[in-house]
Amino acid sequence: MKVAVTVNGRQVAAEVEDRMLLVHFLREVADLTATNVGCDTTSCGACTVLLDGESVKSCTVLAAQADGSEVTTCEGLAGADGQMHPVQLAFRAEHGLQCGFCTPGMVMAAVSLLAENPNPTEEQVRSSLEGNLCRCTGYHNIVRAVLAAAGDTQAGALAEVASAVSGKDAP
Amino acid sequence: MIPAPFEYRRASTAEEALKLAADAGDDGKYLAGGHSLLPLMKLRLAQPEVIIDIGRLRDLSYVRDEGDQIAIGALTRHHDLVRSELLARELPLLAHAASQVGDPQIRHRGTVGGSLAHGDPASDLPAVLLALDATLVSRGPSGSREIGVGEFFSGLFETALQPGELLTEIRVSKPAQRGWSFQKFTKRAIDWAIVGVAVQGRQVALVNMGSTPLRAGAVEQALAGGASPREAAAQASEGTNPVGDINASPAYREHLARVLVARGLEEAASRA
Repeated sequence: MKVAVTVNGRQVAAEVEDRMLLVHFLREVADLTATNVGCDTTSCGACTVLLDGESVKSCTVLAAQADGSEVTTCEGLAGADGQMHPVQLAFRAEHGLQCGFCTPGMVMAAVSLLAENPNPTEEQVRSSLEGNLCRCTGYHNIVRAVLAAAGDTQAGALAEVASAVSGKDAP
Repeated sequence: MIPAPFEYRRASTAEEALKLAADAGDDGKYLAGGHSLLPLMKLRLAQPEVIIDIGRLRDLSYVRDEGDQIAIGALTRHHDLVRSELLARELPLLAHAASQVGDPQIRHRGTVGGSLAHGDPASDLPAVLLALDATLVSRGPSGSREIGVGEFFSGLFETALQPGELLTEIRVSKPAQRGWSFQKFTKRAIDWAIVGVAVQGRQVALVNMGSTPLRAGAVEQALAGGASPREAAAQASEGTNPVGDINASPAYREHLARVLVARGLEEAASRA
């Protein structure tokens, strides 16, 4: 069937099999491979994207179900000038990743949380990431990153984070 | 993992859904949020030949105050149950239990009607609606009917819905006894309950203690006879038939049921 999805602001339309999953549409049709397939059983959250602004596991959504919708993947978070999203900057600053496989899903789950609850408690961050598994078990820094992103977004201190990051990680 | 091939049809009205289902016959299956059905299809444990997507029937997504009853559209998502101020006020058991289903991503897609129609005894909301004595409204080729939730679950993944019949609404009377509790025992946060317990007043229902969600009849009778919560909870495994699996033996599930019913009754009493 013909499926048309607005992915990161770009219209992507293709004739696909009725059974195609959204994650495969994103990776193989839209050619956006940040979204990973981890467990493929709705457990690990590596394939999390925003569907009309809310986090979903794209391995458990048919491309056909997303027809006409807006999808945001990790590639779509940075600004037009290439400036990373506050959540991405905070993951970098707080070392919220080790191997990085779960990271795009973690970031998208965090973006979805902060859109609904801009000032979460640590407990709320932890429970909102229940659907995202990190096999490196780096959860403490991931939670720290989300809390930092929340604080920075709130205080408008994005620039500070950015300069801290470039100071620390400059080659 | 990719589902076996199927034909995808999308309904834009309930009438269209019924017609598409009638055309598909026994080969058709409704798809709401898809978070029970699609995983089964990916494992090829379900292989419907026609999928009828009812996910866009927005007029079946609502929570309404109808005087002495609350009416809930079958396509209301778990996330919307959690956020409903009306449910928080009138049916906090349902709002809270919905917040314990799966994880945020699953709650953004899964629907209350889908959870009921799927008929999984390990799901949370079927037992909650059993404790609340809900009435389910469905539409079929020959019109609408009401089904008491006590007659709805007929076996493992089996319900009273006939082929092509569409669950449209859940109706719950505002409880006279306000105390409530939801107890869910899991290994990991996102897992199905190893055992769960829903309590509203003196009505008690069990998750994952048999092939369907069950009312804890012996507990309710003991309470009606004046037993204390602890005494009544000792009867929690009466009439149950839990499975043994990788998570728990039947005997351990029976033990959990007694412990969780005691906790549930005490918490409900503290909120009454």
